[in-house]
Amino acid sequence: MPILAKTGNEAMAEAMRQINPDVVAAYPITPATEVVMIFSGFVADGLVDTEFVAVESEHSAMSACVGAAAAGCRVMTGTSSQGLQLMSEILPIASALRQPIVLCEVNRALSGPINIHCDHSDTMAVRDFGWIQIFSENAQEAYDNILQLIKITENESVRLPGMATTDGFIISHCMEKIEALDDNEVKEYLGEHKKMNSVLDLDKPVTLGALDLQDYYFEHKMPIIEAMKNSKDVILKVAKDFAKRYGREYGLIEEYKLADAEIALVALGSTCGTARVVIDELREKGVKAGLLKIRVFRPFPAEEIVKALSKVKAAAIMDRSDMYSNQGGPLFSELRSAMYEAKDKPLLTNYVYGLGGREISLEDIQKIFAEQKEAAASGKVKQLIQHFGVRE
Amino acid sequence: MKKNMGYKELMHGDALPAGTAAEFQTGDWRSERPVFHKDKCINCYFCWIYCPDSAIILDEEKKVVGIDYRYCKGCGICNTECPTKPDKRAITMEPERK
Repeated sequence: MPILAKTGNEAMAEAMRQINPDVVAAYPITPATEVVMIFSGFVADGLVDTEFVAVESEHSAMSACVGAAAAGCRVMTGTSSQGLQLMSEILPIASALRQPIVLCEVNRALSGPINIHCDHSDTMAVRDFGWIQIFSENAQEAYDNILQLIKITENESVRLPGMATTDGFIISHCMEKIEALDDNEVKEYLGEHKKMNSVLDLDKPVTLGALDLQDYYFEHKMPIIEAMKNSKDVILKVAKDFAKRYGREYGLIEEYKLADAEIALVALGSTCGTARVVIDELREKGVKAGLLKIRVFRPFPAEEIVKALSKVKAAAIMDRSDMYSNQGGPLFSELRSAMYEAKDKPLLTNYVYGLGGREISLEDIQKIFAEQKEAAASGKVKQLIQHFGVRE
Repeated sequence: MKKNMGYKELMHGDALPAGTAAEFQTGDWRSERPVFHKDKCINCYFCWIYCPDSAIILDEEKKVVGIDYRYCKGCGICNTECPTKPDKRAITMEPERK
């Protein structure tokens, strides 16, 4: 297993090189530009067999991806923010046609105002389009998640597209040590791409994407709902197999010092790394603090979250985006809804933080834990939804 | 194809078997109808190639013999593409309601 120094973008591009997809159609956008830029270098150098389609927009990129996938190809792309929004029209078509496209998404704030730094508003805006969404905490996870996503999305009981995300600049442009697989290992791990209802299958010709009105639209939506349900088990099975082969363990969620924790922080992506440092410090002082990392946001691991937080007294739910519903961020909204039937549940506070790339520091997380300690002691939440770190 | 199938009976991925358009007759969409004039036809097949509904009928000798009104939507492409001279047009358009 080669040990490499890679930024998040380089790690994703390296995974793409080893996957050697049949088709990549992409358009560059900061901070995901490098993912496809580095990959196009691999194409130019003849290191991959991929047909690289340099399209004129992300709308075309996703359209070309759907077409290529429907022809029976293994297909990948990458984007961020506005680019992901420009793909929006085609994203739910990819899932409805059950095409296992894998997208390297680098989380970046949505315009406006225009901003190129990390928050999760882009990925959250497309959360209801039938795509599997996996968040990465660092470059290593980005690499591993991309490889696993190929297995997950191509599984016959799933066959949905998926995106693995990193946090813009925080992960995408920071160099870290990663443990990669050998090229042959990746080839053997992934196996051949299997066609299903390919439009180029002349022995069994099909029509894809026909007009579907009151009579059948509903019936064609149900298989997507079922596939998303099935994907939970598949994600876990793929993770288990990955751990057995390569030693790194993953799940739908990850608990860090949570088993006996009284106060907890629930977060997605790179913030989890910062939280671990604070938790270690607090543990040394005898404070029972823990972390619940949400690795998979779609499908939403509701039961697992409820179980993991059942013994916690107070929890801070960290959202790196707001959705203007007056109900906090998307993670809070879904987590709080999941808690409704739970007998044992913590007091919840939503912290909407870090919009447009605003730093979340160790001190910030210490402060949030201190507030949770107070809530646990008093049995009261001071303010249900806080916009943390904003100036008034 | 079977009618009113449940979602578990459907093909994977919003796919349909090819050729199901034959089961769906679209002739009643027409507001104008193409009328075929055999004596002026030069048998160039332009109408047959361009017709989006495969509604141009050929006989056993592969000669154009008429329009299949069960499927013809009356789009008029056959009339537009017909290369015969305007005064000797082999396909003319007539309103369905006069």
